[in-house]
Amino acid sequence: MAGGPAVELVNVTKRFGDVSAVDEVNLSVGDGEFFSLLGPSGCGKTTTLRLIAGFEYPTYGSLTIHGAEMGLLPPNERPVNTVFQSYALFPHMSVEDNVAFGLQMKKVASAEISERVGRVLDQVQLRHRATSRPSQLSGGQRQRIALARALVNEPEVLLLDEPLGALDLKLRQSMQVELKDLQARVGITFIYVTHDQEEALTMSDRIGVMDNGRLLQVGEPASIYEHPTSRFVAGFIGDINLIEAKVAGPDEVQLSSGRSLSISTRMAPGSSVTLALRPERLELYDPDEAIPDNHIRLPGKVSRKLYYGDAFYYDVEVGLEHPVEVKEENRPGVETYELGDQAVVCWDPSSTNVVKD
Amino acid sequence: MATEVATVELEERAKRAESRRGVLIGAPAFLYLILFFALPLLIVLVYSFASRSSTGATILGNWNLNSWIRVFDSQVAQIAWRSLWLASLTTVFCLVFGYPFAYWIATRSDRARGVLLILVMIPFWSNFLVRTYAIRFLMGVEGPVSIVSQALGGEPIRILFTNTAILIGMVYGYIPFMILPLYAALERMDWRLVEAARDLYAPGWTAFKKVTFPLSMPGVVAGSVLVFIPSLGAYVIPAILGGSNTVLLGDYIVSQFLSARNWPFGSALSTAVMIVMLAATIFYFRRGGRTL
Amino acid sequence: MTESTTAGRWSERLLGANGWLLYLFLYVPIFVLIVFSFNDNQRVAVWTEFSFRWYGEMLDNDAVLRALRNTLIVAAVATTISTILGTVAALSMERYRFRGQRSADGLLYLPIIIPDVTMAVMMLLFFAQAINIASHVVRLNFGLGTISLAHIAFNIAYVAVVVRARLALMEPQLEEAAADLYASKWQAFRRVTLPLIMPGVAGGALLALTLSLDDVVVTSFVSGPGSTTLPVYVFGLVRRGVTPLINAVSVVMLVASIVLVGISLGLQRRSGKTSPLIE
Repeated sequence: MAGGPAVELVNVTKRFGDVSAVDEVNLSVGDGEFFSLLGPSGCGKTTTLRLIAGFEYPTYGSLTIHGAEMGLLPPNERPVNTVFQSYALFPHMSVEDNVAFGLQMKKVASAEISERVGRVLDQVQLRHRATSRPSQLSGGQRQRIALARALVNEPEVLLLDEPLGALDLKLRQSMQVELKDLQARVGITFIYVTHDQEEALTMSDRIGVMDNGRLLQVGEPASIYEHPTSRFVAGFIGDINLIEAKVAGPDEVQLSSGRSLSISTRMAPGSSVTLALRPERLELYDPDEAIPDNHIRLPGKVSRKLYYGDAFYYDVEVGLEHPVEVKEENRPGVETYELGDQAVVCWDPSSTNVVKD
Repeated sequence: MATEVATVELEERAKRAESRRGVLIGAPAFLYLILFFALPLLIVLVYSFASRSSTGATILGNWNLNSWIRVFDSQVAQIAWRSLWLASLTTVFCLVFGYPFAYWIATRSDRARGVLLILVMIPFWSNFLVRTYAIRFLMGVEGPVSIVSQALGGEPIRILFTNTAILIGMVYGYIPFMILPLYAALERMDWRLVEAARDLYAPGWTAFKKVTFPLSMPGVVAGSVLVFIPSLGAYVIPAILGGSNTVLLGDYIVSQFLSARNWPFGSALSTAVMIVMLAATIFYFRRGGRTL
Repeated sequence: MTESTTAGRWSERLLGANGWLLYLFLYVPIFVLIVFSFNDNQRVAVWTEFSFRWYGEMLDNDAVLRALRNTLIVAAVATTISTILGTVAALSMERYRFRGQRSADGLLYLPIIIPDVTMAVMMLLFFAQAINIASHVVRLNFGLGTISLAHIAFNIAYVAVVVRARLALMEPQLEEAAADLYASKWQAFRRVTLPLIMPGVAGGALLALTLSLDDVVVTSFVSGPGSTTLPVYVFGLVRRGVTPLINAVSVVMLVASIVLVGISLGLQRRSGKTSPLIE
């Protein structure tokens, strides 16, 4: 294997007619990394995956795998395998023939094929179904066979296109854990496409968030979640409060209600910014309670209360266009509020995210 | 790192190679059809402008529009009208009896459907000439039905060689072509929509009229086309079941080449019939169907 | 489909009655024909006794046997070639994009739409011209060759329709998956595409065979002396009147076509696909 990151995209663009499905994407995925491409439908994440797999050719840009330029190689010449969303198992072949297919194409010796196929089927715990047809398997089993079929070839990079989308919730959750463990054991670089942010957050070493063909932010799950750099990323992952404000001074922003908050931005006075606040980072205090000095505060009135079992979600009217959503854990020691109660929304300055656009 | 121009060129080249491969793969078939179908079509068109010698031989010269003018002749119009009428009646009857039949099969249990379908497929795949002959045999003056009716004290039946016989023969021959597309459309339908209509207080007949029938329209169109077109140009059925005084389009065209020996006129006629059928098919499918 | 979607009880009865009546309509003529083909009497419809007499006569009849031989030869040749050509046409249209595809589409649908009289006329004029032009170099004639060429011409389109339908049903990602697993285009075709469209190819072949065996008009226009096929021969006999010999020959043709259907259904059941419909 040549040197270089497992997969590197430099200025990769894919245009279909006038539309840029993938727009100047720059990305570097390291060896052994579990990297997720996250975004809504149509954001270009699947197209990006297909560019890496070789089912599409980039309109321009460079695509290298371990340093070797691969942008224009056909898919059967790339050291990459794909797990398709629909699994794409060959219906007329048995499970073991499906799994053996790639090795047969590479003219591997049949003794070695049997051994490797057996091993990978053991890894996904489906050795006992080796002679069945795909139509005889359940959705979850088919998913594992699709995985086995790709893994047995020991590719340099494994691509997964929303592989868990068709499974029900419980199965999906257990498969997420299994996939993560598998990847850690096998050590192959995984590039995982999904629109489910929970999946991305729990499984990935790093996440790349895409929208409209552009790669908006790349980072570890914690940094994406806690420090989104754009309105879209903030709103796409988890719940978020987005509050418009105008910069009034180096340490001050003004809300549409006229109220000022002491928040530092490094922007010119007069510019518009958006405050992105996670509901779980906000706390509710009684108006006559003692609030830590450095906390930023917004007084208001509770307009809605939702019980989620493990938490309460409050909507608090603070004089802005939308209420602010606050999440408070449901455990002793945390005060609960009722509809109509006066309350102050507070948060530690470090929880403030200022995003542009 | 590849430059944009070079990359675009390569992508274009790959696309063109794909295209070329596609053409090459299909080439034997396309070439065959051009030689043995498109070319003959052209030749017929050319012949329609040719002239005819007094002995009936065709002269590929002396180009004229005589044959085409004759196509719009009143005698031809009469024959055309008769054929159109018969074809329309056939289609209507096939629809009237075939639709409930297809609906009935489509609403049976899975197992029953399989058997019922096979029972329809058997006549569908049986030799067409033989099926027509079977009806001919049945309807003859000396045929079994006649014998039976005579034994019961009645008259021998005299349907044969009338338009009615042709109609019965055509419905007999073509009704499977109506049933199968209809069944396919009904089977593919999302019946939950009918349930939804019922849930919204539509009584049975209304649910059918407003939901089922419109949704099965592609099947109705396909079936109608598959019945109307062959009925219009039918030759074998009228030849076996019809009388010598009922001239329909199929026989009229054939006679131009066998007895009347007026090839230019026959060519013009067959071209005209083909154009009408093409127009009817395109019209039908624009209106209510999908591609075949 | 639940109970609530079927018509009320009264309509149910009507539907069922229509259904069974239609089956009667479809089958009675055939059964009557079969029964009377075993009738010993020269006067066809008066039943005397059961006998194989007419089948015996059929086997002695040279004209019938020659026509049968011709039919089989033409059917075999036409079916084989049109299946291959129809399949490549289907592959070309469904898996590739190229300029002129719309015209190719038209070329592939037109033979299905035009009536057989038009087709017969086209073929007659074409071969007449071709033989004429070729006569400077070689003596060609109407015969089994022209019949086969004509049959192939209309069969290609039908095979193509059936195979295209099957191709369209196939998940396109399967071919991508094969490529992803290092298969070349040819390997992907041979190991994945071809096995999966086989039922369609077989269906198309069956259709071509049936159309070839059914054809009367086109064949009669392009056959020569001594090259009659069985359907054309029977057609000629029928126009002259009903004879018991025709009954026997018809029943043989009927049984043959039903056997073919049976074989195709059996094959399809084995490959797992149950619907033998064209569309």
